[in-house]
Amino acid sequence: MRFLVPFAALLSLGAPALAQTEPPPGNDEGQLVVDVTGGRRAALPIAVPYMPTPQEAATAAGGTGALGRQVADIVATDLGNSGLFTPIGPGGLHAVSFPQVTAPDFAYFSTTGAQNLVQGFVQANPNGSLTVGCYLYDVAAQNELTRQGYVVQPRDWRRAAHRCADAIYSRLTGEGAYFDTRIVYVSETGPARRRIKRLAIMDYDGANHRFLTNGQWTVLTPRFAPNQQTITFMTYQDERPRVMVYELDSGRTRPLVTGPHMTFAPRYSPDSRYIIFSMAVNGNTDIYRIPVAGGTPQRLTNSPGIDTGGSYSPDGSRITFESDRGGSQQIYMMDADGSNQRRISFGGGGYATPVWSPRGDLIAFTKTGGFRIGVMAPDGSGERILTGGGYAEGPTWAPNGRAVMFTRGASQGELWYVDVASGATRRVPTPLGGSDPAWSPLRP
Amino acid sequence: MTRLTSLTAIAVALSLTAGCAHRRTASELPPEPPSATTAETDADNAGDNPIGTALPGSRGDFLQSVPADRVFFDFDSYALDDQDRATLDAQAAWLGRNAGVRVTIEGHADERGTREYNLALGDRRANAARDYLEARGVAASRMQVISWGKERPANPASNETAWAENRRAVTVVPE
Repeated sequence: MRFLVPFAALLSLGAPALAQTEPPPGNDEGQLVVDVTGGRRAALPIAVPYMPTPQEAATAAGGTGALGRQVADIVATDLGNSGLFTPIGPGGLHAVSFPQVTAPDFAYFSTTGAQNLVQGFVQANPNGSLTVGCYLYDVAAQNELTRQGYVVQPRDWRRAAHRCADAIYSRLTGEGAYFDTRIVYVSETGPARRRIKRLAIMDYDGANHRFLTNGQWTVLTPRFAPNQQTITFMTYQDERPRVMVYELDSGRTRPLVTGPHMTFAPRYSPDSRYIIFSMAVNGNTDIYRIPVAGGTPQRLTNSPGIDTGGSYSPDGSRITFESDRGGSQQIYMMDADGSNQRRISFGGGGYATPVWSPRGDLIAFTKTGGFRIGVMAPDGSGERILTGGGYAEGPTWAPNGRAVMFTRGASQGELWYVDVASGATRRVPTPLGGSDPAWSPLRP
Repeated sequence: MTRLTSLTAIAVALSLTAGCAHRRTASELPPEPPSATTAETDADNAGDNPIGTALPGSRGDFLQSVPADRVFFDFDSYALDDQDRATLDAQAAWLGRNAGVRVTIEGHADERGTREYNLALGDRRANAARDYLEARGVAASRMQVISWGKERPANPASNETAWAENRRAVTVVPE
């Protein structure tokens, strides 16, 4: 699979319309109309018509004409999911011909109320791959803001659509992308007393869902390695609750730590070399660090309280965690070697599951007693509740640090999404119940 | 009839044990729809304990001989009260009379804590019961603990009564 092909590669494919187009303008020429930090701005209207094909052709994923319509649907859905855009179309918009992809009918699209316009095409290549072209225009200024081309195997056509939406999102917001990502989570079914919990993985929008474990043993709290080569999670396999490492390529699973004690709450270091985890020894839980490849655990906390839920800063220099050493669950901070431990949450009530944003600017948490999801700065200031209700807990960050996914629901778990700026929430579809989501980084 | 039920239960337990012995990792198995025969059902003592037929040292004998197989805790607490200590005293006495029996002490929490904290809290509760039994003369080597956090509620309802039933440490005698 190849992504982000230099546009010269597309020109060589012989689409005449492409050759007439000017190179994309620099960033300073486009208007930055979406404010993702201030929040609560009106969503930006953006037209996404169906994408034509230069020549109808059958592929392993269906005809190119049908794929063009499906790609446009996904781009529109992705942009709408962000809460920052109001997609117009694809249904109901005038059809776009292949030559019009690079020469839009701005006069028509200005009548739709759209400020921006996404056009593209899907083309079958002689070697069986697909080329998906993706163009972003400013309707009022009548100019092109960005263009991208993706060459993918037919089975990866959805990824090309997510990449297109990512390019548009990034161009218009100035923020990092997050649509071409996956979620690993715990699929739940059955009554509460004997709930079946299986590890499952899916695209961020719920597509390409598959199970990684068969449900024989309860699994909890999966997390993606930043390098996306392994997943760590907790399992009750053989009735020995402990942290495992799952290798995505080989499908092999191995214990992270040997020994008789329960291990849980694993999370990777940003360089994917270490996992911090909690270990309960004779009723006392502390946080440890161990190389992913195995080795001797290094103890990082040493309090008589429950120390758990550790999460690294993006630069790997610090770890935020929760502890009840002061009498109630609160958020603490320490250096990566365990030194300099200090409490940072003082807002009243209990705090749990601190998770550092990939941007470094915020820590998401669960506020206990009411189960709400909030964020605060790493120094504990600026606490803000994003959403709550229904036993909300366990936030995980989108790779651009602008959205959080979490679990809602005790008797039947659900995955939910909240935009950090606007507080807009939406349910993430899963085939069964779901809990403990973990968002992958952008796919390579 | 009662005996037949017991034998069936034993047969099921044995078949489940046999399933465990393979130690198949999840990755070696294709994902299947969940079935009723997971090896990991309630390890609770609940279920088959016919009155008057329990063999010495059996689960049924244990349940007939002690006030309760479990002790309960206050919210976010792992402290034992007088009633808990009386229950555990009786359990320790029974374990003293049945020196060959090994037990698992399961710690649980109600749904009002976060998942990972509750795992740690369940471990605290199981260890509180374990430590008390050890102080009453039960050898540490005969006891193992496991925390289920909030993953295996005894009462699935979402109210004060259910939460109180779920904050527990259960001494589980093998079938």
